[in-house]
Amino acid sequence: MTDVQASGPVLAADGRPLKRSLARALRRQKLRALMLIAPLLFFVAITFVIPIGSMLFRSIENNIVGDTLPETVLAIASWDSASGELPDEEVYAAFVRDMIVAVKNKTHTRLGSRLNYELAGISSMFRQSGRQVRKWDPVEDAPFRDKLIDVHKGWGEVSTWALIQTYSGPYTSGYFLNAVDLQLTPEGIKLQPEEKRILIKLFIRTLVMSLIITGACILLGYPVAWLLANLPTRKANLLLILVLLPFWTSLLVRTSAWKVMLQQQGVINDVLVWLGFVADDSRLIMINNQFGTIVAMTHILLPFMILPMFSVMQTIPPSYLRAAKSLGATNWTAFWRVYFPQSIPGIGAGCILVFILSIGYYITPEIVGGTKGVFISNRIAYHISSSLNWGLAAALGTILLVVVLMLYWAYDRIVGIDNVKLG
Amino acid sequence: MGLPPYATLGQRAWYYGFRVICALIFIFLITPILVVMPLSFNSQDFFTFTPEMLSFDPEGYSLKHYRDFFTNNEWQRSLKNSVIIAPIATIISVSLGTLAAIGLSQSHVPFKGTIMAILISPMIVPLIISATGMFFFYSSLGNWMENSLGLDKNFVGYIKVVLAHAVLGIPFVIITVTATLVGFDQSLTRAAANMGADPVTTFFRIQMPLILPGVISGGLFAFITSFDEVVVVLFVGSASQKTLPWQMFTGLREQISPTILAVATILVAISIALLTVVELLRRRSERLRGMSPT
Repeated sequence: MTDVQASGPVLAADGRPLKRSLARALRRQKLRALMLIAPLLFFVAITFVIPIGSMLFRSIENNIVGDTLPETVLAIASWDSASGELPDEEVYAAFVRDMIVAVKNKTHTRLGSRLNYELAGISSMFRQSGRQVRKWDPVEDAPFRDKLIDVHKGWGEVSTWALIQTYSGPYTSGYFLNAVDLQLTPEGIKLQPEEKRILIKLFIRTLVMSLIITGACILLGYPVAWLLANLPTRKANLLLILVLLPFWTSLLVRTSAWKVMLQQQGVINDVLVWLGFVADDSRLIMINNQFGTIVAMTHILLPFMILPMFSVMQTIPPSYLRAAKSLGATNWTAFWRVYFPQSIPGIGAGCILVFILSIGYYITPEIVGGTKGVFISNRIAYHISSSLNWGLAAALGTILLVVVLMLYWAYDRIVGIDNVKLG
Repeated sequence: MGLPPYATLGQRAWYYGFRVICALIFIFLITPILVVMPLSFNSQDFFTFTPEMLSFDPEGYSLKHYRDFFTNNEWQRSLKNSVIIAPIATIISVSLGTLAAIGLSQSHVPFKGTIMAILISPMIVPLIISATGMFFFYSSLGNWMENSLGLDKNFVGYIKVVLAHAVLGIPFVIITVTATLVGFDQSLTRAAANMGADPVTTFFRIQMPLILPGVISGGLFAFITSFDEVVVVLFVGSASQKTLPWQMFTGLREQISPTILAVATILVAISIALLTVVELLRRRSERLRGMSPT
């Protein structure tokens, strides 16, 4: 030590201080590591992160009203919907001018279907009026108020204009409110009408069924993982194939297999009839309901429960159980007080994995779930491909994403994302 | 953990009872896959065993569903699409993923946790959400490629599906390759550099052969992810990119034809082959790194 202090800082071969030299080497090493990662990070950002971000944005974006009816939006801003009176002629004139442009661009029907999500029937109002407005001249045919009301009496109702005013901003919370069975009305946030309140129910059903599936996976997975962890390696590897084969088999193969098994004319019913447990005319209905979804998904997700449990149980020395028993514990006490607490990390990892996977499942519920056994993801798909209410689909997706990311964070905390193992 | 000779009747009952329970669970795991196979040889268009099949009458069996699969245009086109899309997506995810995994396994990586979380996220985010996001973004990306770059519509469709599948396969490559790199002896690369090899030579001659088993099994995972994927391709692709799983999905949802069972049997055979390869690779990798005596 005294030498160093006497001759100043330690120098590297090239005469620089060693400390700075090391720092530079470290910096270079970091840079090299980052350069190796950068292409992939860039790729994932473009192909995955930005698409997810665009979905989040779409769940609040509401440019369509402002883009299609720019003058109306300006004119209606000063109108007080609570007054109970119809807006001025100025608003009607602005609306007709906007509509003439919109009809030319064929965008008025899209606006109609957008507003139809909030007020049923408004879509046909836009279509019907579009045909008439096309023939009008914005200057010569004025005033428009009574003419428009003649075309469709909806234009004479305060609620129609209040709706346009409510949704005139570029952003809206409307989709998120719709996603939790509320709606944004001119009078404030209200519950959806009774018959449209299905999404909360679907969210709850998704959560409950995912919990049931996770529970079933624990019940079925734990004994198997225990057996695999305690058998001699050779036998365990052989049995492990029975777990890995379903894991590797195509999801659609397994789903179609369950469709074959569970049908009323399917294999299980045939066997039960043949054994005489069930009469031929009272075959069990096991498909197109919640039972079908739960059975098929438990089967599909079971390997994801067994594998993490197995890898944790492998590390628990069997001598602990023997020690507990030699100290006088009964079999049950030895298991419950000694073995089980040590296997909890495996259960936790498996549970989060299975729950995350099942909460977002789409294919299996779609095929074996019928109407009673579908999940929120089926609703998202429906809004994307059939009802074309993309904003609502994005809002539902965002809510689901938040739930999953919270679980992902918990998983990272408990298990560590580096410790995920495959096969 | 055999049964000791002094075990009581209760212990014996539990010992065998437990095994029976486990056997039942194994049956639950494997039966659906086994049931599909004989049914695919059904000579009727039924989804269940006919009396002829049960009495092992050769009349009850036929290869007609396989014939249908190999001659039907729809099935052949979807098979072709799958065979085009999956390998390209796999190559992209394996090459980018391996590079990144090597970067990630170095000792000083800033923001390692965050980067890892982002790279693994395509596996964690439910497919339906990825598909929704990609649906919005890729359709504008596709429009841009068609209008600004003047690419063929069909070609753009393939690009979109390949990119989407590649990113879904990346987490698997990252996980398997980083796991292989944990046992990699960094002094080997230093030794190579010491003897005058440049980084590229070191990589291909020293590092790559040693981590190859991990890279291949990551590649297989990525391949099967793409080959098996329905949700994203349903949202991102158009009818001309219909893949095999997509065709199966439509078949299951609409008119259900037993050809699906023939396809399922072929796919099970493929997965058995893949499983065997992965298992052999895993053992080889462990042996190479001296981690297990087998």
